[in-house]
Amino acid sequence: MDGKINASDYILNCENISKAFGGTQALKGVQLHVKPGEVHALLGENGAGKSTLMKIVIGLYKQDEGTMTFDGKPYQAKGPVDAINCGISMIHQELNPEPHLTIAESIFLNREDTNGIFLNKKKQNERTQKILDDFGFPYPATTLIRDLKLADVQMVEIIRAVSTNAKMIIMDEPTSSLDENETQHLFKVIRDLKAQGVAIIYISHRMAEIYEICDTVSVFRDGEFIGSSPLKDITNDELIAMMVGRKVENQFPKVDCPIGDVVFKAEGLTGKGFNNISFEVHAGEILGFSGLVGSGRSETMRAIFGMDPLESGKMYLNGQEITVKNPRDAINKGICMVNEDRKNFGLCLHRSIRENVSLPNLPARQKGILLNQAREKKEVEEYSKLLTLKAASIEHTAFSLSGGNQQKVVISKWIMAGPKLLIMDEPTRGVDVGAKAEIYTLMSKFAAEGMAIIMISSELPEIMGMSDRVLVYHEGSISGEFMREEIVNGNVTQEDILTKAFGIG
Amino acid sequence: MASSPKVGQISKQDKIRSIMGQYGIGVVLIIMMIIIAVMEPRFLTLSNIINVATQISINGLLCYGLCICITTGGIDLTVGAQLALTSCIIGQTMTNLGWPAFLAILAGVAVSTAFGFIDGCLIAKFNMFPFVVTLSMQLVIRGLSQVITGGRAVMITNKWFAGIYSNKLFGIPMPIIIFIVVTILMYLMLHWTKFGRYIYAVGGNVNAAVASGVSRFWVLVGVYTISGLLAGLASMIYTSKTGAAQSNIGVGYETDAIAAAVLGGTSFAGGIATIPGDVLGIFIIGLIYNGMNMIGVSSYFQSIVKGLIIIGAVMLDMVMNKNNH
Repeated sequence: MDGKINASDYILNCENISKAFGGTQALKGVQLHVKPGEVHALLGENGAGKSTLMKIVIGLYKQDEGTMTFDGKPYQAKGPVDAINCGISMIHQELNPEPHLTIAESIFLNREDTNGIFLNKKKQNERTQKILDDFGFPYPATTLIRDLKLADVQMVEIIRAVSTNAKMIIMDEPTSSLDENETQHLFKVIRDLKAQGVAIIYISHRMAEIYEICDTVSVFRDGEFIGSSPLKDITNDELIAMMVGRKVENQFPKVDCPIGDVVFKAEGLTGKGFNNISFEVHAGEILGFSGLVGSGRSETMRAIFGMDPLESGKMYLNGQEITVKNPRDAINKGICMVNEDRKNFGLCLHRSIRENVSLPNLPARQKGILLNQAREKKEVEEYSKLLTLKAASIEHTAFSLSGGNQQKVVISKWIMAGPKLLIMDEPTRGVDVGAKAEIYTLMSKFAAEGMAIIMISSELPEIMGMSDRVLVYHEGSISGEFMREEIVNGNVTQEDILTKAFGIG
Repeated sequence: MASSPKVGQISKQDKIRSIMGQYGIGVVLIIMMIIIAVMEPRFLTLSNIINVATQISINGLLCYGLCICITTGGIDLTVGAQLALTSCIIGQTMTNLGWPAFLAILAGVAVSTAFGFIDGCLIAKFNMFPFVVTLSMQLVIRGLSQVITGGRAVMITNKWFAGIYSNKLFGIPMPIIIFIVVTILMYLMLHWTKFGRYIYAVGGNVNAAVASGVSRFWVLVGVYTISGLLAGLASMIYTSKTGAAQSNIGVGYETDAIAAAVLGGTSFAGGIATIPGDVLGIFIIGLIYNGMNMIGVSSYFQSIVKGLIIIGAVMLDMVMNKNNH
């Protein structure tokens, strides 16, 4: 760890920052020192205080105690706009683009080119085009944001940050919705920024990425600063130990269990974004679906769950042919799906944990036309205990929980439905290391009880660590299949799966 | 281990705030009652309390309909016009066609319920904005009631029908009994049935609700149909009170119903509402009218005061619930 700090070597110095919300101490005298031209990783579980600190830096919150300097001067932003004027931009995890604006309008939002009170669109478009060309961004400045892919929207946000002459850019989980290819492109941009002397604060839960792109790491836990180190001097295991305060023995606690009969069989499924998909999944099996984002994995599963229409193909559950009209139909037949988008498709954030968990399971829990609330309460409590949900009470809103606990609420509701086939789309997205391991343990447990599990994941270590069998998608079709033995033996590596995902092999 | 800052520990300050947040509107109600009672002691007499309760029953029924529509993220602006249409149907069928009172009421309430059903279908099936659908339907319904009566008032002389407003059961006026029964039924529906949970879910996050097997269509159709039914019942009470069917009644009644729902904690963002909260909101609106009449505030000022009290009460609620949102 750093022995002595010479403040003038750093572009951002945060000293002894504390912040409390109500009676809860979110930050306890933490420090952060970022050098110009470095990529500085912030690491810690959800609720460790990373986001709170970043919100103080960009002026969304005001610290109770502590001081900051930026670029050699005392610094205290009054709000995000003030922060941008001082040279600090933040790219949020959930991009909030205005879909009806053009790229030029988006980049020059709040600082438009004008002739008197009128906008000078021509000049603005020309200026934007030049910036885009410099970046090698292959779209005209007049393209509407809504016509861009998510990765490109993110790139627009980065270009905007750079165009404000940002000296420091904060990126909060920038790769969470990018595929491998897009991630590599983002990294190239980050390296260019670094070469220009821009400091980057990089928040991510993905260790491999942190090792690939970052120079220095600062670790937080429970609102405290744990330590800081150059990444080349510290191992993955040491970092995880710092983060969770204990050693995580096995990141992927997969338990091998006997594979039973075929539970679900798909034959020639075709729909929007996928074509002629056939596969089987057995009782006790975790079937991993790998591939690039947008390759048709989620689309296939949404159609199986009845959320999108199926154009053709047959489905069999326990040997009997089924059709699924809508999610209610799927749930009644024993097919449940944990959606990749927890906030939009998983939870009613402002309703209680109890209501969220029981929502799909109410029809079976009625006494006449009234709900049996005593039974409901008891069952939800049982399931939240089973899933080691950390909440003071099941009457708290889902909104008050951390990402990992929110995900456990979503999983609880589907486990309570007693599925034969559980589809989990990105089950650990936005979930911290400790809760990830718990979710993996639960998956193994459910499989051992005879459930068939389909897991879609964009994280290769997760796919390789947890799947009994891996199917790889490429542009709407299955391009490869790998068995667990091959992966465990080392005969199949990440490269092999990626090759199939890119459709090269 | 991962511990979200907000879970587990609740400070004393937060606890007080949460209790105030839950019952803040009740506190407002009590303060209002005290102020009015000090200025005009007659206010607290039993006869005046019964008087207030009788008067609020109409707005109360409308408020419950609005409340469930707002909770799904919508609105029902037709209730004022529905009041007029049902009244005209009851008047025409009873006075001019000679139908028995019971059948006339059934016809009137059936029509208002049917219009609610149509609103719901337009909103749910064609994804039209509830504001636009009910704003337009309100014109259709108002126009229809004028067509039916030719714009003239129709007198109703039926004794039994007049008794709906004036009769008493164990000394309690019928409107209060209807209001209590509907309140209990609405409470059970919203808080104790599957349908109530689905209303919250559709309003809270429609995508998550559909992905959990909830039928958006039937929930939306259901709430607008119920709102239509309640408007019909409110109209029955209103028409019995005035003894005449008129096509120009109920103008602006949706405003008081919305105000009561909002005072009662119904969130325009959707997904949040309680029936006990609504009851408090309904009483506050009723007391504003009754109290100001007793103190002798002119009706022009009443409107201003009503608006300011609503803004003040909602603001108080926001401040108290700051941590919960």
